[in-house]
Amino acid sequence: MYRILLGNDKTALAVLAVLAAVTVAVPLCSLLFPAGSALHFSAYTVSLLGKYMTFALLGLSLDLVWGYAGILALGHGAFFALGGYAMGMYLMRQIGERGVYGNPLLPDFMVFLNWDKLPWYWHGFDRFGFAMAMVLLAPGFLAFVFGWLAFRARVAGVYLSIMTQALTYALMLAFFRNEMGFGGNNGLTDFKDILGFNIQAEGVRAALLFISGAALIGALLGCRWLVNTKLGRVVTAIRDQESRVRFIGYRVEMYKLWIFVFAAMLAGIAGALYVPQVGIINPSEFSPLNSLEIVVWVALGGRGTLYGAIVGAVLVNFGKTVFTGLLPDAWLFVLGGAFILVTLALPDGIAGLLNRRLKERTA
Amino acid sequence: MIEMAMENQTVDAPSFSGVMYQEGVVDTRHGTILYLEDVSVSFDGFRALNRLSLYIGAGELRCLIGPNGAGKTTLMDVITGKTRPDTGSVFFGQTIDLLKMDEAAIAEAGIGRKFQKPSVFEALTVFENLELALKADKRTWPSLLFRLTGEQRDAIGRTLETIGLAGLAGKRAGILSHGQKQWLEIGMLLMQEPMVMLIDEPVAGMTHQEVERTAELLLSLQGKRSIVVVEHDMEFIRSIAHKVTVLHEGSVLTEGTMDEVQNDPRVIQVYLGD
Repeated sequence: MYRILLGNDKTALAVLAVLAAVTVAVPLCSLLFPAGSALHFSAYTVSLLGKYMTFALLGLSLDLVWGYAGILALGHGAFFALGGYAMGMYLMRQIGERGVYGNPLLPDFMVFLNWDKLPWYWHGFDRFGFAMAMVLLAPGFLAFVFGWLAFRARVAGVYLSIMTQALTYALMLAFFRNEMGFGGNNGLTDFKDILGFNIQAEGVRAALLFISGAALIGALLGCRWLVNTKLGRVVTAIRDQESRVRFIGYRVEMYKLWIFVFAAMLAGIAGALYVPQVGIINPSEFSPLNSLEIVVWVALGGRGTLYGAIVGAVLVNFGKTVFTGLLPDAWLFVLGGAFILVTLALPDGIAGLLNRRLKERTA
Repeated sequence: MIEMAMENQTVDAPSFSGVMYQEGVVDTRHGTILYLEDVSVSFDGFRALNRLSLYIGAGELRCLIGPNGAGKTTLMDVITGKTRPDTGSVFFGQTIDLLKMDEAAIAEAGIGRKFQKPSVFEALTVFENLELALKADKRTWPSLLFRLTGEQRDAIGRTLETIGLAGLAGKRAGILSHGQKQWLEIGMLLMQEPMVMLIDEPVAGMTHQEVERTAELLLSLQGKRSIVVVEHDMEFIRSIAHKVTVLHEGSVLTEGTMDEVQNDPRVIQVYLGD
């Protein structure tokens, strides 16, 4: 068990160690040391790191689908956004009477639209447990229905990729409409509390970073275990020789569906942790471009390694933070350039490079 | 499973005189395990199989030969569910209609296949390749919680010995030579414990000794499993075959022993031309 979870894979261990250090040390320091101290992390930094953690979790979940099952899903952001909306709905209900219109039941945007009662699908979201269940069930259900239809019909390759892209695009258009009841264009925002705690408080920010980091570490270990089970090996085998797997007697579509739904739920968790840290969720999270960007993280980091997706997600988003500050217009060129460079020079991504370096040193 | 069907026969036969149908049990009481009748397959106007009828006996080792394009691989595709025929019927035993089943169900029912081109899982180790093929519950949740029993581990060990890859068990299958991949494929087929083994070109790319060992292996399985071998290596076929079926332009040209077939003027004409 120990060998599977941690293994003798030094790069993976290094990534785990860094994650654990950030998860524990940064929230602690930001709480223990006063503002102005060199060891204090500002609320901005804490939330930024927390956001990176959720992106890393999102990248990790895509790596399961793409790197292991070989399904190039270009709509993975949809599951992230659905998880985010489920959390956002809970946070909206927490606002209560403190909204601009002071309506105890209806969120501001519904009052603005002259709605007189809560739509049926908003019921239950005032309870945290129900909302958390929806964080898993909403993306899981969508993935199940989509996967059931697509995998059983044996849609694969570029056709499947285009369909996933269309799925997230359709959801984006739908969520943009005010009549959908998810805040339309503006999405859900102006959150006040989470579980009764002020969402802006430093302590809450630190706790969210800690939870995001812990979720990421848990997911990484869980996924490492998963890909080392027989189910994980069947999925890898499907990636390489799909028809051969069928002739051994495995129902390929059920395996693809299993991993697709599991990954969608992980993405949903990432989205749910992302929303309270950035304070907003709106339909642009469904944008096809977002989903493409996740693919770039995984490709840069190195697919099929799990930790590579984490490294890729953090590096790209760090680059994005830096560049959109310095040269906002140049960011997409930098991202595109990095993608081309990695595709040409490092087909196995950063993880492949690190592994090669390690082997050279030990050889 | 063969044993099961035969047991049922001895126990139930006296009390039931009519049709006995048992779900999932391969009924081979008539001595035949595969029935193909009047099977036709067309691809864009090309008739790959043309009203082909073929019967494979339980425990038989049958060789299929024929020039390129005779329909040998298409025949295997039809039996394993990869290709659906336009007309005709394909039965496994007397009761199981293979045309109503998908690839996985056919494999589960007991028909295993080795492909012409070795298609082992290169990212997995030799051991893991065999483990995947191992006869076990192949649904998702059981696979997630699957643990090898000692018995299964031994079975994999024995297969590794049989196919001569015991020393390479922990190596990735991608590094194997062509001949070794062929052996691994055969090993995977053995792990499935199928009642019928369809083997497409087993000795292509093998050395002379390896060919001999393959022949020995197939002969040793005879009687325990029904085996259909497609091969171009006539020397190899002569060393294993009792009965040879010659396919030509999608139907059976003739059947018989190797000597009968080789001396059949129609076969000579097909192979050598006019």
